[in-house]
Amino acid sequence: MQSLEAFRNEVRIWLEANCPAEMRLPTRGEEDICWGGRRWVFQSDAQRLWLTRMVERGWTVPTWPKEFGGGGLAHEEEKVLREEMGRIGARLPLESFGISMLGPALLRFGNDAQKRDYLPPIARGEIRWCQGYSEPNAGSDLASLQTRAVDHGDHFLVSGQKVWTSYADKADWIFCLVRSDADAPKHRGISFIMIDMTSPGVSTRPIQLISGKSPFCATFFDDVRVPKQNLVGEINKGWDVAKYLLTHERESIGLGPTALGKRSLVDEAVRAIGRGADGRLADPFLRADIARTEVDAWALALTVDRFRSEAEFGHGLGARSAVLKYCGTELNKRCYELMMVAAGISGLEWEDAHSKDGALAREWLRSKGNTIEGGTSEVMLNIIAKTILGLPGA
Amino acid sequence: MLMLTPEQVQLADSARGLLDERAPVSQFRRLRDARDAVGFDRDLWRTMADMGWAGVLVAEPYGGVDFGFVGAGLLCEQMARRLVASPFLSTAVVAATALRWGGSSAQKSRWLPAIAAGEAIVALAVDEGRKHDPAATALTAIPGGNGYRLAGEKVLVIDGHVADAFVVAVRTAGRPGDLDGLTLFLIESGSPGLNVDRTVVVDSRNVARLRFGNVPVDGAAVLGEVDRGANLLEVILNAGSVGVAAELLGVTAEAFERTIAFLKERHQFGRPIGSFQALQHRAAHLYCEIEMLRSAVLAACQALDADPWTAGPLASMAKAKAAAVARLSVSEALQMHGGMGMTDDVDIGLFMKRARAGAELYGDANFHADRVARHRGF
Repeated sequence: MQSLEAFRNEVRIWLEANCPAEMRLPTRGEEDICWGGRRWVFQSDAQRLWLTRMVERGWTVPTWPKEFGGGGLAHEEEKVLREEMGRIGARLPLESFGISMLGPALLRFGNDAQKRDYLPPIARGEIRWCQGYSEPNAGSDLASLQTRAVDHGDHFLVSGQKVWTSYADKADWIFCLVRSDADAPKHRGISFIMIDMTSPGVSTRPIQLISGKSPFCATFFDDVRVPKQNLVGEINKGWDVAKYLLTHERESIGLGPTALGKRSLVDEAVRAIGRGADGRLADPFLRADIARTEVDAWALALTVDRFRSEAEFGHGLGARSAVLKYCGTELNKRCYELMMVAAGISGLEWEDAHSKDGALAREWLRSKGNTIEGGTSEVMLNIIAKTILGLPGA
Repeated sequence: MLMLTPEQVQLADSARGLLDERAPVSQFRRLRDARDAVGFDRDLWRTMADMGWAGVLVAEPYGGVDFGFVGAGLLCEQMARRLVASPFLSTAVVAATALRWGGSSAQKSRWLPAIAAGEAIVALAVDEGRKHDPAATALTAIPGGNGYRLAGEKVLVIDGHVADAFVVAVRTAGRPGDLDGLTLFLIESGSPGLNVDRTVVVDSRNVARLRFGNVPVDGAAVLGEVDRGANLLEVILNAGSVGVAAELLGVTAEAFERTIAFLKERHQFGRPIGSFQALQHRAAHLYCEIEMLRSAVLAACQALDADPWTAGPLASMAKAKAAAVARLSVSEALQMHGGMGMTDDVDIGLFMKRARAGAELYGDANFHADRVARHRGF
């Protein structure tokens, strides 16, 4: 391995030459994210070019093995790449649940053919994945899920309903938890399978949220034929895959963008409320609330750093991901509440060009789901109480 | 990297070993109940000095080990877990910082080797009113003779009752409310006109009140610059705030761990009370808050090691967080211990008292949150 400093230098030069100027501007929101997939329409030539170039280097998934479309980087090198991208404000060339969730699960539990067939299209942004976990009667008690997979020799027949499937209407494939043994104890009758969304019998219906938007769908399976080679890991051992993947999901929610990454609470408040003669925010109560929030946000950011530093390279955060998920999402909600207080009456706008159709109000409402999706705050606290503190079961 | 080095982990381990043996909480209780005149164990302090603790922030040429603030913070945390009475915070953290960054070479030579050897105790005298507010300093220096005469009062002077010298914040110009016009003086105890009264405070920490009745001082006693002592004072208080934040982390973590153990052993309704979700969730929330505090304290210590003159915002963040988390931790600890927590026999009350006093020392959560806000420009 070349020295890290030599690698940093190489990365810096390459990024300078290859990252289009447009891709160094801050993302303005959902519309600037490149998700990829069969039906993907690039928003700009720069977005297409940036993805193509990064795919050539394997840097859409820097730590995956080269044979599967990755960059084969060590974790120290990946850190350098992220730092250098951060330095010039380079956007991620591609985001997807294939990268953040399915990929790590396949690398750990998939067989050789699955890795060969499914990982490279994820790395290249050709196939967009969605996640089929929750069901109408299986939320926090996920393991009680009822979508059935019945063995028919060389294939399963899958029937049932998933809910909160993010972007199911835009995805090409779905990875799903299904009940493959109805008689076994609930954690031991679950399997993890991959289903092509174009299979006959799959349909989706968008769910309108309180924010007025529909990032989620209900997904229906009506006797969908799924080849047996789409099973990941062993039959009836899908819960192990699911748990591993949930840790990744929590980590990415906990470490992911927050209100403070997207908007500056302080700037919004100063713009809306103004300053007193002493230069302080004119509303002393709001100022105190924001100051305490800033203290907490700072301490959380440092904790993310510390957990990352303390985790051995290449290992996940384990139960600590529940700490970050809980604190990060609760803080995010608090930030949006304060932004709404700062925005006051103007924050109530909903369909108005000058408020970008009530962007703040819609983000505020959307943030309420943060402490529910990917495991509720209460489930996170259960995990911490049992796994970290060792408190006895009820 | 926001993590401890192997050397730092080793320091914390050796501190744990020594303090478990020589200074359990029962030792602190004995000193409190006996109304001990010194208020700490001088033999133990000598041992700590032999191990390099007293000189943890003193440079090697002056006899210290110069282990840095991360090390000092770990020692503060470990001592606070056992409520160890010692001059560590006042002398090894606060006064050593004052001399290191503000002392003349004569002052350094006179005091730093003595501090590192555990032979001198030096105390900071800054507060006067109900709340920590350095700008409000009213203790006045009146020019006269070869120097000044000091008149006024100081409160909450940690280890003041046994100090050999004091670092005193004095108004030499301007008026109370101004940060300009402050000067720090290094004054030996026993100076004529200086009265030292030990004060008994809620957490039984060693504290004194000082009365300055026209105490004569000359120019050689000035620490740093005349009228422009505010910057040096800020560095000293940054160190003090982070030291107290590290102490509060110790108090918080100890109260929490004892509470978790209690939740597992105490049975009601035929099962351990720790099996009740109402308590589990509160405990888990508190755990998260303590993790945040641990990161804040470590980052603030690292910032002080990198550059104490610019560490103010992180120091304030850490102190604000520490005061808030400590209050939550000891409140939950007491409530979860039930009636036992209200008794003096159980140590939880001692941690609660220390958390309250620590929150106030060198600025409370509001004082420091205000500083964070001003740093962030609002």
